[in-house]
Amino acid sequence: MKRRFGSIACAALAAGIAFSSTSAAQQTPSPTPTPEPAAAEPSPTPAPAAAEPPPAPPPASPSGSSQASNYFNPSVSVIGNFLGVAGKNSVENLPNLSLRESELGLQAIVDPYARADFFLSFNGSNVDVEEGYLTFTSLPAKFLAKVGRMRVQFGKINTLHLHVLPWPDEPLPIVNLLGGEEGWIGDGVSVSHLLPMPADLFSELTLQVFRGESEGLFHAPHRSDLAYNAHYRAYGDISESSNLELGFSYGYGPNAESTQDLTRHTRLEAIDATFRWKPLQQGLYRSASLRGELYRSRRDQLDGRQTARGWFVSGEYQLAKRWYAGARVESSDRADDGSKRDTGQAVLLTFWPSEFSQLRGELRRRRYAGGINATEALLQLQFAIGAHGAHPF
Amino acid sequence: MKKISAVLFAALTLGLSAPAFAKVNVVSTLQDFASIAESIGGNRVDAFALAKGYQDPHFVDAKPSFIVRLSRADLLVVAGLELEIGYLPPLIDQSRNDKIHAGNAGYLDASVGCDILQRPTTQVTRAMGDVHPYGNPHYWTDPENGRIIARAIARKLSELDPAGKAVYEKNLAAFETKLTEKEKEWDGKMAPYAGTKVVTFHDSWPNFAKHFKLVVAGHVEPKPGIPPSPSHTLEIINLIQAQKIPVIIVEPYFDSKTPKSIAEKTGAAMLTFYPSVGGVPEIKDYFSLFDKDIDTFVAAMKAKK
Repeated sequence: MKRRFGSIACAALAAGIAFSSTSAAQQTPSPTPTPEPAAAEPSPTPAPAAAEPPPAPPPASPSGSSQASNYFNPSVSVIGNFLGVAGKNSVENLPNLSLRESELGLQAIVDPYARADFFLSFNGSNVDVEEGYLTFTSLPAKFLAKVGRMRVQFGKINTLHLHVLPWPDEPLPIVNLLGGEEGWIGDGVSVSHLLPMPADLFSELTLQVFRGESEGLFHAPHRSDLAYNAHYRAYGDISESSNLELGFSYGYGPNAESTQDLTRHTRLEAIDATFRWKPLQQGLYRSASLRGELYRSRRDQLDGRQTARGWFVSGEYQLAKRWYAGARVESSDRADDGSKRDTGQAVLLTFWPSEFSQLRGELRRRRYAGGINATEALLQLQFAIGAHGAHPF
Repeated sequence: MKKISAVLFAALTLGLSAPAFAKVNVVSTLQDFASIAESIGGNRVDAFALAKGYQDPHFVDAKPSFIVRLSRADLLVVAGLELEIGYLPPLIDQSRNDKIHAGNAGYLDASVGCDILQRPTTQVTRAMGDVHPYGNPHYWTDPENGRIIARAIARKLSELDPAGKAVYEKNLAAFETKLTEKEKEWDGKMAPYAGTKVVTFHDSWPNFAKHFKLVVAGHVEPKPGIPPSPSHTLEIINLIQAQKIPVIIVEPYFDSKTPKSIAEKTGAAMLTFYPSVGGVPEIKDYFSLFDKDIDTFVAAMKAKK
């Protein structure tokens, strides 16, 4: 049985299945400590009476009768993402100054079986539900299910919200092969399973089914048009201070232009790898990470199948408690025309005044297909208020 | 797909048939709690801590290998008071282990019943830095809180593993007897220095200071979580000189550059104080934690005279 199971896991791996996430922006569940009767239990050996501390006063914060009705309100957070851009770019014309995104997060535990997370993204006059899903955290047999709208677990970067990326912009393969800056977001169901492995090796298989509609990527005129994603994720600690994470993804979805069309499909594959180094004792001041993703898109079109490839490699090094330097190299063909290739390089410097604000500069050069060059400077200011989110990993 | 899930299920059921002598699997966020659980549980428990004793307990990476650990846990012991808010909630959610969710039988918030200091009585904002709205989460540095934590762990273990109740009670009694003895020894060593003023790097020692009658006069950090600034460093130098403060207490995971330079300018001694078990290998349990810090302090104070 074990062998058979192993071979299936291997097959899934080989098939290029992909990965699931310590999701980017998952934030805190409502953190009210459950009050228990204080430790008034008699001790077997009598403790010195004088040393017995007084009973703990009730939690200071959210009690009080006037606030009792707010007790079960979700934790609320707002993240502002302000971007300034200088330089010339005739292909991707970002505004010179913009509040690029305001993300409102609403998160709470629903009942003993599930939690809910909503992330509403405001940008200019648009409001989008970037994500809104229920997570069933109490399923038997090591299953975890999500239902709703979610960032698809295709690759690693696609699962992350814009504000937790190590850059102010999305890398080219996301823009070119996953339908634009937003990436692949789907309405549907996700089921993931923790595969038993020796030692502390983390191994997770995620299968996802979505409505076959995702802006710029999939189009689903028929009700029967669905998109699928499979993701396998493995993680291991190399040592106490370094670790490696690998992901394999396979996506499949329709891209018919109208209901008259025979449905054509796009097949997507990705491999992602992340290496992290952070010595535990000096971890406040020194760390480094190196990540890369490799994508392939095969898109059936009226003019035949277009095969496009893309990749990026990016590194980040922590210089001091609040300072990080980074660099990124990227390249991607275009999904609808595999003969057109865009490439780019970028260097970055990030400063965190506190855990809740971040200032980041990027110098970026992109060379677009057709010999169009663009050199730009991006300056990003991000700030968060409200509930303390978990740090992305 | 169906076939895969059938195979997965089968593999799982195989994995679930645990041996009859299974130990209680305890995962704690801090090594202190794991160590106390080992003292109470003896060979009936397996204890593992997510954060190492030499690591800042606020900033722990949410490594997926921790999800694996949590998925197998029977009991999760947390410090609470939002100390673990930056990494633990998503780990619990992904653990697929209903037992260890807050409010369920396998979840123990060690702060409950402890003497918690600095609970804000007025509105707190992040202008104050990284403040904890439920009170200071470094409460286990008071040995009397350790006693309360030990009792809570013993109670919880008896609840989860009723067959071991007698063992847990016996071990708790032994732990408390030893703690009472050790407290006498520690209090005796510290008594000559009652009322001594100290400067600490981060505001993590109020419970220690309260128990051993020290007075925390200032912090090297201008605000919790904000690294030292030149102007604040100057203030601290003036404070140390004006009030003749003999020592600066620094945890092993903070940059010692600023406190060292303050020490050189003022003549105060910079002491490395370990906040948790495992900070150095010789701190192998909750008792040696206090032995180490108190001996460090006493040696520095004697050298001053």
